[in-house]
Amino acid sequence: MSKPIKQIHLAAHFPGVNNTTVWSDPAAGSHIEFDSFRRFAQTAERGKFDFLFLAEGLRLREHHGKIHDLDVVGRPDTFTILAALAAVTERLGLAGTINSTFNEPYDVARQFATLDHLSAGRAAWNVVTSWDAFTGENFRRGGYLAKEDRYDRARSFLHTTWELFDSWADDDLVADAARGTFVRRAEVGEFAHQDRHFDIAGQFNVPRSPQGRPVIFQAGDSDEGRDFAASSADAIFTRHSTLEAGQKFYADVKGRLARFGRSRDDLRILPAATFVLGDSDEEAQELAREVRLAQVSPATAITFLEQVWNTDLSDHDPDGPLPEIDPVETEQLVSEGRAAARIEDRRATAQAWRERAQAEGLSTRELIIEVTGRQSFVGSAKTVAAQLNELVQADASDGFILVPHITPDGLTPFVDRVVPLLQERGVFRADYTGITLRDHLGLPPLGERGRTEAAS
Amino acid sequence: MSGPFLGVALTAGGWHPQAWREDGARAQDFFTAGYWVDLVAEAERGVLDFVTFEDEFTLQSPYAGAPARRVDHVTGRLDAVLTAARVAPTARGIGLLPTATVAHTEPFQLSKAIATLDFVSGGRAGVRLRAGANATEARHFGRREFPDSPVGTADWRRAVAAAFTEVSDYAEVIRRLWDSWEDDAEIRDVATGRFVDRDKLHYIDFHSEHFSVRGPSITPRPPQGQPLVTVLAHQQDGFELIARSADLGLVTPRNPAQLGQIRAAIRAASPERTLPDPPIVVADVVVFLDGSEAAARARKERLDLLEGAEFGSDATVFTGSPTDLADLIEDWHAAGADGIRLRPATIPDDLTRIVEEVVPVLQQRGVRPSRYDGSSLRERFELTAAINRYAPA
Repeated sequence: MSKPIKQIHLAAHFPGVNNTTVWSDPAAGSHIEFDSFRRFAQTAERGKFDFLFLAEGLRLREHHGKIHDLDVVGRPDTFTILAALAAVTERLGLAGTINSTFNEPYDVARQFATLDHLSAGRAAWNVVTSWDAFTGENFRRGGYLAKEDRYDRARSFLHTTWELFDSWADDDLVADAARGTFVRRAEVGEFAHQDRHFDIAGQFNVPRSPQGRPVIFQAGDSDEGRDFAASSADAIFTRHSTLEAGQKFYADVKGRLARFGRSRDDLRILPAATFVLGDSDEEAQELAREVRLAQVSPATAITFLEQVWNTDLSDHDPDGPLPEIDPVETEQLVSEGRAAARIEDRRATAQAWRERAQAEGLSTRELIIEVTGRQSFVGSAKTVAAQLNELVQADASDGFILVPHITPDGLTPFVDRVVPLLQERGVFRADYTGITLRDHLGLPPLGERGRTEAAS
Repeated sequence: MSGPFLGVALTAGGWHPQAWREDGARAQDFFTAGYWVDLVAEAERGVLDFVTFEDEFTLQSPYAGAPARRVDHVTGRLDAVLTAARVAPTARGIGLLPTATVAHTEPFQLSKAIATLDFVSGGRAGVRLRAGANATEARHFGRREFPDSPVGTADWRRAVAAAFTEVSDYAEVIRRLWDSWEDDAEIRDVATGRFVDRDKLHYIDFHSEHFSVRGPSITPRPPQGQPLVTVLAHQQDGFELIARSADLGLVTPRNPAQLGQIRAAIRAASPERTLPDPPIVVADVVVFLDGSEAAARARKERLDLLEGAEFGSDATVFTGSPTDLADLIEDWHAAGADGIRLRPATIPDDLTRIVEEVVPVLQQRGVRPSRYDGSSLRERFELTAAINRYAPA
């Protein structure tokens, strides 16, 4: 029997505060006005996408102790903008990144339960964890969490919210005016949770929401992060968007599910992917080169260089060769507040870069363009549709979270030109067939009480 | 317009604990977006200045001292900030004031949430800060302890004073964060490759017993610059908090004479105030409306009978006709209330009567507008444009 044809899942990542987003393009609009979010979401919904995805950062990034000013800076509050977007969309899933380190379970559970009610079952939570004291400076508890404890707290936080979501049964809310019964029992919402991170008890005050709880996303790539996803997530947001790396990651994570009593269909694997479309493959390649030049300005090239060398290279010529000095190994980092700045072995990275630059005759800026974030899909709509489908059918992923480089209309060409081709091939929905985000993702029903007992 | 400001306090079903059982109350819809969208649309039909959304981190209890929970009361509520945000894109002119709790939340998070609500509503956002310093809510978070001291004791008074100091600090932090971006910080200067002028982003470096916040906000300065900060106060500590920190103070006088005393107390505490405008004082009234005073009282008694107790409130309880209520609103306005917040005893009945029968009387008297004029909420309340504390003069 041949392998059944998989249906592709597509999501739209609102352009973020990093150099993928080309703010210098004349078509680039506001990153903060609601109209940009409305247009972006409505385009994704027109394309029958599974969901919209928002990232989050809780401290403005710094470079040399100053606010990094070369990329887009500033974004709205995740929960608030998603609640507003629920008003201007009908089916699109609404996924938000929310930190488990600088929040508390009762509040976050209420906000997600509320979002799920207000969107009629479209909420999703990308659970992230941070431990840096730098971000902690904006919060009551400061940098209290040790790096090695972050997944332990995240897991405990997540499972505690599940206990809160499950504290109301589906039929607890009665609202029978004639009988005078608003709730079935006075003990609704009762919970008690005690572990090394949380010691809480009482009554949760939001009735069970349409999905029971939000769809859970996880984005960690370490062994621990993968286990966290395999045990607890409904979908995983990854960086592995190529065939080989994707297949390896896919097999690894799907292979972990059985250990947690879960089936291979319980978790969707969705890499982030960028794209550049052209009328022909050649035109797309040309456009992609222009986009990369815009994404890596001379000043941005120096910033990337300084993140690896961890020292001031502001006098370095971006059009000249890489620096001859070796990277500086200190605790104090040149860049703070961004994941990309956490480089494990600076000397090895610098050496690899030097070798490549020499072999290919690349200047500093050209090298940075090559080693940082090339576009995932470049080509005509036909080429991109074929590549994308091939990756999904080859189990390199279950679909993609597309990251356009222009706000807010960068998604439009994909929706207008690639989506119809995928629909023609019968690998992407022609229209929504379900109501909730769980429906769109083809996830099995949660059941009355979820799986708190099984997972905690 | 020199007439009174007018708003309604929305809560699922209305303010009487048995209101949800009335015909048309839509109790099955309390946790849906449509319910709240419809209530706000109804309030906008009356061209009201603002609506408030109640919230707390605990199940509702209509009685102080929390006796055994009853299954015949509305139980559970949605997050108020998100409810306001869900409504905002559908609203055309009304101010949105959700309630937020201070003791267990992060000022950094709330500041950007309200800034975002201001963006989404086109400059019509505010927030009502409540302390939330009680034992029940504290157990839901497990980070702090707030002993439930008997009301009126020295311990209780100390606890209230400490809680209100924290509210004041919290208000200061969210305000500084709103100002932490100058309005023209985003420059998109292609020539230098700079998206922002970092000299126009500011650390706020606030330190207090309960939080230290470095800043700047991750969200740019909202359209109003400073969305409205509101506090509900019942006694001296609260009046001082209004004087110190609030753009708008909600108060609960029993009569016009008490209103005068409250205003005096706020004025006496105002030397500490650094905001440019004096606080707007808005008096709360719970309303049972009907064709006559007798009919309104009969409605209330019928609901009280279902409840098995006489309805009581921290605010004045009004029973009467729409014309009687219009008179009260004007009388209280004359006695020193800048505005009135009506708490409908039942929704939709009392809300509909406010919109269809009370507002038209006030419009005929020339003290309420007949349409929205596109103003921001600060402009509606005739507040001066918010100056950014970090911008060069």
